[in-house]
Amino acid sequence: MFENLSDRLTDVFNRLGSKGRLTESDVDAGLREVRLALLEADVNFKVVKDFVARVREQAIGEEVTKSLTPGQQVIKIVHDELVHLLGDANVPINESKNREQPTIVMLVGLQGAGKTTMAAKLALYMRKKGKTPLLVAADIYRPAAIKQLETLGKQLNIPVYSEGTEVAPPDIAEHALRQARINGNNFVIVDTAGRLQIDERLMTELQQVVERIGPTEIMLVVDAMIGQESVKVAEAFHAKVPLTGLIMTKIDGDARGGAALSMREVTGVPIKFLGTGEKTDAIEPFHPDRLAQRILGM
Amino acid sequence: RSEDPITNELWDELEELLIAGDVGAENALKIVERVREKCEKKGFKFASEARSLLKSELVNRLDVDTPQYSERSTKPYVILVVGVNGVGKTTLIAKLANRYKAMGKNVILAAADTFRAAAIDQLQHWADRVGVPMISQQPGSDPGAVAYDATQATYNQQADVLIIDTAGRLQSKHNLMKELEKISNVVKKRWQYAPHEVLLVLDATTGQNGLIQARAFTQAAQVTHLALTKLDGTAKGGIAFAIVQEIERPIKYIGTGETINDLALFDGESFVNALFEEE
Ligand SMILES: Nc1nc2c(ncn2[C@@H]2O[C@H](COP(=O)(O)OP(=O)(O)OP(=O)(O)O)[C@@H](O)[C@H]2O)c(=O)[nH]1
Ligand SMILES: Nc1nc2c(ncn2[C@@H]2O[C@H](COP(=O)(O)OP(=O)(O)OP(=O)(O)O)[C@@H](O)[C@H]2O)c(=O)[nH]1
Ligand SMILES: [K+]
Ligand SMILES: [Mg+2]
Ligand SMILES: [Mg+2]
Repeated sequence: MFENLSDRLTDVFNRLGSKGRLTESDVDAGLREVRLALLEADVNFKVVKDFVARVREQAIGEEVTKSLTPGQQVIKIVHDELVHLLGDANVPINESKNREQPTIVMLVGLQGAGKTTMAAKLALYMRKKGKTPLLVAADIYRPAAIKQLETLGKQLNIPVYSEGTEVAPPDIAEHALRQARINGNNFVIVDTAGRLQIDERLMTELQQVVERIGPTEIMLVVDAMIGQESVKVAEAFHAKVPLTGLIMTKIDGDARGGAALSMREVTGVPIKFLGTGEKTDAIEPFHPDRLAQRILGM
Repeated sequence: RSEDPITNELWDELEELLIAGDVGAENALKIVERVREKCEKKGFKFASEARSLLKSELVNRLDVDTPQYSERSTKPYVILVVGVNGVGKTTLIAKLANRYKAMGKNVILAAADTFRAAAIDQLQHWADRVGVPMISQQPGSDPGAVAYDATQATYNQQADVLIIDTAGRLQSKHNLMKELEKISNVVKKRWQYAPHEVLLVLDATTGQNGLIQARAFTQAAQVTHLALTKLDGTAKGGIAFAIVQEIERPIKYIGTGETINDLALFDGESFVNALFEEE
């Protein structure tokens, strides 16, 4: 396991005795370490391939500046390219342009990713920004999912719209929206059931919810610990419902979170928030440079 | 295809297949290298021979021998279920309760996840569904106290199996990991060798962090067995190879869905075959 990519690269370049310009063999030796580090960080292997090729192109022939060692130079190129791919700057949440129409955020993803917790976090976060949120319990499948959202809503004193487990999610969502308009909630957050991207029935149901309420944001919530499958998951969700943002949860642990890079790369959709704990205030807007450093183990 | 020769591309392809299945780059490299050497020694010429050798090498890696208590004759048989957040602990407990009940055992569930919103309600739903009693306290109460109550109830009712649900926790949170030790000590006070089974639940979708999880939970809670959930998805769960090798504990169960029937005993051969299947 890589504790520190910088040390490994420094070691490689010291052994090669590299100085001056980065030669092809210098760079290739270094990139072997980079490749392994990215794979250990759970970046998808196909994404790693493209990434390494791009870095190679940039690095070869580059003058090693006086203040940096060759190892540091390669790290810098890798880091900058990572930041660039992760999206350079933070992209804020989309909000409804029409004052009559509330902002509607829908959270989707695999089972156990952290959607329901994130729904509560977003509600609190947006209330702090002056919004009047409504949480919508559209997961009728998971045992006690509604109770979970209601408990969180009660803790935060934020209203939760629910209709039990007998009404279909597209109907619940539509009714909730009507309720929001009546009650003057200008920020609606729809919690949906966790589902596999290969579950045709539930994926179709998700599409129906989208058609019915036309969300402002559809965010894919992903666990930071996810491995190589992140690409298939993100592609499949994006193909069914047009994603507008990614959220990575459980970043308070020690997972490197390389999947964020893979998913950003295959969907082109920005990462917008991070989940940083189990409590409802554990949410942070996404910053590419911090995640880049984390992926590299810096 | 069975007459395809062994080529360099084949080795690259196999390495890639393992990496794509979350086996891990360094581990994949090591495994393929070893199989390659063996193939050379044996004078294998065909890709099909290399593939089957790789498969049996992988199956072997999952086959570890550990001392364990008999779930049939140990009474009560106490199971502590642990793992990081959202992997499927509570759902697995429902499946296990159903399994033991079908074996004719009297099962008691303990709701020692007192932290997560509606965790107790979720377990209660499953207890009702399966038709087994559940011991619980108020949300926010001490998990050790719940474990104590459940221990009492198991003793009083002479139940056969006690299954303790715990809150999800990331292995990097030392205080929360310490709490597992406390829960474990509570049951140990009553039965010296309990918990007889400490089941670490891993989500098959997990990448390389799975190994760090396994290390930490094994340290904090003396894991005896593994369960791999969500194998009904496209993920292969390849991190299991590194885990089983390192902690030397076998995978006992796999979870393949969200209902109580979506449980199977682990079978190394089908697990490895699935790794080679396209999805
Ligand atoms: N440590 C940590 N735990 C989190 C975070 N977000 C969610 N969790 C935990 O992860 C588990 C699953 O969270 P949920 O919000 O229920 O996930 P979900 O996606 O709604 O799950 P389903 O509805 O079953 O698909 C719970 O134990 C949460 O407390 C986070 O950012 N950090
Ligand atoms: N597809 C699939 N989903 C599963 C499986 N096992 C559990 N789930 C789902 O995963 C989500 C989380 O399951 P839980 O049993 O609540 O997980 P947990 O580990 O108890 O979660 P926390 O207590 O919050 O840490 C739920 O939506 C379950 O229905 C499985 O084998 N396959
Ligand atoms: K699978
Ligand atoms: Mg949920
Ligand atoms: Mg649970």
